[in-house]
Order: sequence, then C-alpha cells, then structure tokens
Amino acid sequence: MISATLLGQSILSGIFSGCLYAMLGLGMTLTWRYLKVINLAHFAFVLIAAYLTYQLVGKNGWHPLAVAIVLTPAFFALGVALQALIHRYEVNEFASIIVTFGLVMIAEAGLQWFWSADFLKLEAHVMRGTYEIGGLFFPTGEMVMSLVAVAMCVGIWAMMRFTWLGKALRASLDNPQIAASFGIPNRRLSYLVAGASGASTAIGGLFVALLFTLAPSQMFSWLGVVFAAALLGGLGSPLGILGAGLLLGVSEAITMAVTAPAWAPVVPFTLLMVILLIWPERV
Amino acid sequence: MKVLDQSPFGVSRRRALQGGLAVAAAAAWPSAVSAQGSGPIRIGGTLALTGPLAQTGIIHKIVGEFFIERLNKAGGLLGRKVEWVLLDDQSKPDVTRTLYERLITVDKVDLLMGPYATGSILSAMGVAQRYGKILVHHTFGIPSLAKYDMHFPAWPIGFNPERTVTNRVVDTLGDKVKTVAVVTSKFPSVHFIALGARPVFKERGIREVLFLEFDFGTKEFGPIAARVKDANPDFLFMGAIGLEGNQLLEALDKLNWTPKNHFYTYPTPGPLALSPLGKDALSFTAYEDLPPLNQNPEAAEFGKAFTQAANANKIPYPYVETQGGASYSAWQILTHAVRETKSLDDKAMAAFLKKNGAPTIIGRVRFDGPNNYGDDLMRIKQVQNGRWVIVHPKDVATPGASIVIK
Repeated sequence: MISATLLGQSILSGIFSGCLYAMLGLGMTLTWRYLKVINLAHFAFVLIAAYLTYQLVGKNGWHPLAVAIVLTPAFFALGVALQALIHRYEVNEFASIIVTFGLVMIAEAGLQWFWSADFLKLEAHVMRGTYEIGGLFFPTGEMVMSLVAVAMCVGIWAMMRFTWLGKALRASLDNPQIAASFGIPNRRLSYLVAGASGASTAIGGLFVALLFTLAPSQMFSWLGVVFAAALLGGLGSPLGILGAGLLLGVSEAITMAVTAPAWAPVVPFTLLMVILLIWPERV
Repeated sequence: MKVLDQSPFGVSRRRALQGGLAVAAAAAWPSAVSAQGSGPIRIGGTLALTGPLAQTGIIHKIVGEFFIERLNKAGGLLGRKVEWVLLDDQSKPDVTRTLYERLITVDKVDLLMGPYATGSILSAMGVAQRYGKILVHHTFGIPSLAKYDMHFPAWPIGFNPERTVTNRVVDTLGDKVKTVAVVTSKFPSVHFIALGARPVFKERGIREVLFLEFDFGTKEFGPIAARVKDANPDFLFMGAIGLEGNQLLEALDKLNWTPKNHFYTYPTPGPLALSPLGKDALSFTAYEDLPPLNQNPEAAEFGKAFTQAANANKIPYPYVETQGGASYSAWQILTHAVRETKSLDDKAMAAFLKKNGAPTIIGRVRFDGPNNYGDDLMRIKQVQNGRWVIVHPKDVATPGASIVIK
C-alpha cells in the first residue's frame, strides 16, 4: 500500500516536472501557432543558454539573476534573427522542421567542441536547500523554477488576452491581409513572437543549468513530452501548455510511484492519443 | 628411378613440387603481402564520437591515439607503421554496422578494432563474422550475446558477470548489509546485471525491500527517489549507466536522504566521483591508474599521457579508469596477436589468442571459456576524497584505501 507521504511527494515532483515542460514548451507552442514554424532549434537554444549559464555562473562567478538579465535580451535577438532567416528564405511550416533540425545538429557539435561531450554539473550555491512542510520536501530550485514558469505562462496569456498586442496577433493569425489593412504590422509582430520565444529559452536554459547535469546529447531529452504538452494544451495557448504540462508531469509521477517507473514515458503519448481520438479538433 | 620421378599423372616430381609451391604461395599471398607490405598497417574502427555515448567515446579516442603514437615511435608492427582509420558511429549501432562494412570493403583496412558500447560492438561483430575478421573490442556488457568465435573481449568481466560481480560486491560489503533496493535502468547491459543480482542477494541472505525498473533516458527521478527513501534499504544497488546514478542521488538529496551504502554498475566516472553526493559510492572496475596496477613503466607512461590529453579535452575526471584501461588492453591484445603470429592473418591471430590469451595492463586475460570469455578480473572501487580507489580484492586494493561500509 502506497503511503500518503510517498504519493504526495510524487505528485509534488510531477508538478515541478509539469512546470518545467510548460517553461520549455511555451515559446515553441507560440511560434508553432502564430508563425507556423515548428522550431526544433528551440531545444538547442535552451541548451546553449544552459551552457552559457554554466560558464558564467560556474566559471566566471556571475549571479544567476545577472545571467538572466544578459541572456534574455540576447536570446530575444537570437529568436528574431532566426525568424528573419525564415522570412528571408520563405521557409514553410514543414520545411522549418528540417531547417531547425539542422541547426540542432550544428548546435550540438558546437557545444561538444567548446565544452566537450562530457557531463557538466553547475555546483551553484543559489537556490539550494529544501523546505520540509508536513512531511513533504520542497526543493528551493524547483519551487523557484515552477513559480517563474507559472508567471511566464500567465503573463503571456494575460498579454494575449487583454492587450492590443494579443488582439493584433490573433487578427494577424486569422487573416494577415485584412489585419494589415487595419494597420497591424504582421512582420514586426512575428519578430516579437519569435523574440519572446527566444527569450523564454534563455530562462529555460538558466533553470536547466541550475537543476540538471548538462551534456550536448541531451538536446532532445524533453522533446517528446514537450511536444505532447504543446499538442494537448492546444497550440499557442500559454495556459493550455501549463495545464497539459502539469497533467503529464503529475501522471508520470503517479505512474512512477504506484507501478514500475519504466511505464512513465508511455503516459504522455497515451494521453495524447486518447485525447486526439476523443477530441481531434484540439490540435 | 625415372619412373619414380614421374607422378601418376605424367608430371615430373620437380614440376609437381614447383607447382605445389606456386599454389601454396598463391594461397598465402594476401596475408604474406600485407604482412610484408611497405605501406602502413591500417586498423579500422569506429567510436561514438557524437551522440549520447560521446562522453565515453572520447576516452577511447584518446587512448587509441596515444597507443598508436607510442607504437609507431617504437617501430610499428612487423616493421611497418600503423595507421588508425577511425570513423564516428554517432552512438548508433545501425551506423556502426554500415561503417564496419565500409572499413572492410571500401577502405580495405588490414585489421579491425572494435567500437565502444555493447550495441555497437554487437553490430560490428556481425560484420566481422561475415568477412571472417578478428574483432578485439573494448567494453562489451552482455557476454552471452557474443557468439562469434573470433571476437576477443578486452573487458574481463567473465561469462556470468551478473553473478560474479554481485558476489564480489556482497563479499566487499561483509555482513553489515541486511536489506537491498535494486533500482535499474532498462538499458540492456545494466538491466541484465541487475536482474541477475537479485537471486544472488537472496542466496547471500540479503532481503530485497524494493525492485524498480525505469526507462533509459528518464529525467525525472523524484518519484523513484521517494520510493527508495520510503523503502529505506541498507544498500542501494543501482543498475545505472552514465549519469543515472547522479540523477537519483540528486533527487534523494532533495528529500534530505542519503543512501547508507550504494553501488552503480556503469557510472560516468567524473560526475559521480566529483559530486559530494557520490561519497562512498561503489562500482566495479577493470583498471584504475593507481598502485599497484600502474606500477610498470608502460602503465605509468600511459597514465601520465592520458591525464594530459584528458585535461586538454576538458574531461572532468582526467585519470585512466575502467574504460581507458579496457581500451588500452584491447590495443595490447590486438598488437600482441600480430607480433606473436608475425602476420595479419585473422584466423592465425584468433587461434593464437584463444590458446594463449594476452598480457595487458589489466592483467593476463584469457579467452578459453564460453564465448571466448575467461576469468572475471573485475575489482570493486569506491569514491573516496573525490577519486575512485580500489577497495577489493586486497591484492589489488589501492594502498591506504579501505572499504567504508555503514
């Protein structure tokens, strides 16, 4: 019989995982929906940001907050630059998979060349430690990451829902020509979305560096589950990916707690298939 | 006499002898020419230079480059220089298969050197078997799968490592450990050892309080850690490859729980030894660059050169350990066979190795058991003060090191 503490701790782990999935997938779901770009390089950007964090915090002694302040605009620019190339060469939705996959390969080789193929662990002194509340353990790093992920998803959702920018984006998506005739700058909006997506990879990379051990080959570690979360949550939906991420994370964690953990990877795709079967218009 | 000089087919004995010699020479021609050729001896192989196994592939690359350089400085083999034709198998067994085909049929290498990792070695073995080439390889993990009679494992884990290694671990632990949690990745070469360990623990009177299997590539170890903590074993036996041991330890640390005693099958050496969480972790090893194993000039030179190259390549644990040791041994085995048979003939070398074994820095390895496996020469090592040291058996234990059991 599974104990309440074990179940509670596992659910807590699932919540943390779900928030990470949402953080890593937020930018990707936005570009997929609004720019028609399936950006696999999103995960390469995350890992590049993680390695830069490792370098700046671990080797140069920077505070992670300073790293965030520097990397966020830098990766915003990187996202814009990638989108400019996609515009320049008129890369369509399916071709974007191949193009960005190529970028992933280049990024992996670059990371391996610069930081070696070996595992690297950032031994930072910030966000360490664990709080115990009611027999459950709350690791500081995971809690901060989760709060930031929720803030990012809710913030983007609010911006899309309540500001002119969000309305303009939706209009641009529905009918770019008519939107343009009303003065909506489609091209500039696309750069804004791509930049925001790039900026989100900087934050994601920062937390990946703080919470995980790095290796260039881990580029696709979260790809499958983040794709599943993006599809389950509905493309372009910040709250959707947060909810789907939490659903997947908690489902995986409970599976690990009550059955063989080897079954956990089956959960996201089973859920995805079931939901697509009963609710195909979700995607 | 004249009649006697004639063969029954009307050919003179001298002519028959000349003809026979010509046929024999023609039959021996390929190996004779390659053994006495003027160009370099080309040894072809692949390594996982990219992909998920690249962390270890780079170790084998450093070792191979050092060995070939040293070999050539000493005059090469059979009076010829040696060239290593190295290709990147991207950590993929299917790519490995194709590349070994290429090495044999396109690059026309004289000899093969095996790749790293069980899946890739198995792929290369199939190709070697098809072309009748001898295959010496580094770290093959599932001896029962190696059916080819001309394969030679440099990693001396014996034919039943799941039993011999586990028994050695229990011998090392003594009688303090009463309960065990077996947590294993489903990665084949660690999974079968963990499965085989379970009955050994039972036979040795250690009660299993938890058995968990997880998928290779699992990133989230929180729930697994919660279950290990809940089971509270005296001993955590983890079928782990690469970083999985670190990942579980980090998840356990977040629950404020540390295993009393813990063992990992194939950990990446650096992260576990260098992490504070890896303190007192156990594993098994064929070789460590430590006395008494490194007390000969060749091993000492190798250890020094490896550390320099590892630092240059930013490898966090810059000491020769089980992977580097097995890799060096593989080269020693292959070149020993060439020298002793004075040829590049695959069959002759295989017959020689099967009969005589080979001296290596790990020790003398034999190939006369099932599937060409000999003795299990593996030793038990433990992380002490940020470095792996050998703690069992006593005859190869690092001077000054003694096992820490809680």
